[in-house]
Amino acid sequence: MNSAEFIVQGIITAIELIVGLDPYILSITGVSLKVSGTATLLAALTAIPLSFIISHREFWGKQTLLTLINTGMGLPPVFVGLFVFIMLVPAGPLGFLKLIFTPKAMIIAQYILVTPIITGVSLAAINAVPPAIRENAYTLGGSHRDIAVVVLKEAKFGMVTSVLAGFGRAIAEVGAILIVGGNIAYTGSVGAMGEGLSYTRTLTTAITSETSSGDISVAIALGLILITINLSVNAAASMLQRRA
Amino acid sequence: MAALLEINGLDKSFGEQRVLRNINLEVERGEIFAIMGPSGAGKTTLLRILNLLEKPDTGSITLDGDTINGVQRNGRTATRQRISMVFQSPALFNDTVYNNVAYSLRVRRMDKHAIESKVSQSLALVGLEGYDNRWAKTLSGGEEQRIAFARAVVFEPDLLLLDEPTANLDPANVAKIEEVIRTINRELNTTIIIATHHMNQVRRLADRVGMLLGGELIETGRREVVFGGAADERTRAFIEGEMVC
Repeated sequence: MNSAEFIVQGIITAIELIVGLDPYILSITGVSLKVSGTATLLAALTAIPLSFIISHREFWGKQTLLTLINTGMGLPPVFVGLFVFIMLVPAGPLGFLKLIFTPKAMIIAQYILVTPIITGVSLAAINAVPPAIRENAYTLGGSHRDIAVVVLKEAKFGMVTSVLAGFGRAIAEVGAILIVGGNIAYTGSVGAMGEGLSYTRTLTTAITSETSSGDISVAIALGLILITINLSVNAAASMLQRRA
Repeated sequence: MAALLEINGLDKSFGEQRVLRNINLEVERGEIFAIMGPSGAGKTTLLRILNLLEKPDTGSITLDGDTINGVQRNGRTATRQRISMVFQSPALFNDTVYNNVAYSLRVRRMDKHAIESKVSQSLALVGLEGYDNRWAKTLSGGEEQRIAFARAVVFEPDLLLLDEPTANLDPANVAKIEEVIRTINRELNTTIIIATHHMNQVRRLADRVGMLLGGELIETGRREVVFGGAADERTRAFIEGEMVC
């Protein structure tokens, strides 16, 4: 088999696995979506109010917080993974929670990675709302809460874009979740290729392990799903940016 | 007529720059008072102080006998609900015309049916009946500014402040806006203060005028008196279109 045939055969098998709804592939996709979706949702619930407070209030330590957010937007995932690992291993300060090598540990790691991104992008969206909009809302008799609602409505497309950007970062991340999740799949003969069901194995960590073990068609199938999710998220973000 | 607004000894500085100096002014109920003066004279700052968007350094402002500067947060909200302002740029919310105009009524927790009726009346007042469902950002500049007027007067404020409201408009739209201003003044009996450097607009609209120069209110009087022969030579020069500073 030459290299072209090797790649073509890999892609054909990958498409067969996807179309055939292979349980192993589905379970990995499910874990990825669940972990990254939950982490993004929790991060958004923290980041959006935080960005609004930073934009509208003066408080002690604001500049330090902004520096931390800007630094956090470029945090190396492996560093976050190492930090969460140290916290959650049995000998660590939070070891009693018994979260290491569970989906919850992966959610914590991705939450730490994604929160600064959503905060930073949301803050930019809020700051882009013209001051005249706030002044008009104020002039028309709005309370601080009413004005906040107006600003959030004006910045809503930017807010959604920030969440999509956060999800895009989370679903494509590999280093942190590999360290704290352990890339675990149950053994057994569930899928067409004989693999089991995922526990902490995600699209990215599975691509790493399947490629290492030579199951190139499974890796390609996972890669196609990952890129489809990423393309969909980016297309949605671009569409919202155009509308904004 | 009794004075609706009284300003006494008002001063305002931004850093080292003194923007307003010892402003004393009375504006009578139901009149259109024009503050004229060149760019940078302090017109916008004065209007922003009256609308509580800026705080004066010294001096007092009373509206209908109530002191409005220096009051606490709840008092400020109550005062702002008696004063409205239209800026040079309409800055409409990214929403429908209806939701823009209804905003000030919703924050006052008004009944839905009353809001519908008031919005409809206000749109009719500015000649834009039936625009309710149009998206505000799709309107022309003149229409946007008329919606800004409808939004500003829908809650029937005691005092309407206008900061160069026709600065970015063509002559046809300027005429429409001026008609809207006259209609608001006549039909709602709203007291209006307009800041402008367009002398013809002052001639067409104002009952009384004040000349603001370098932060000082150097002259006030009936429009026909000031335009007929201002007491201060700088006012005369400004009216005749000369550079003054």
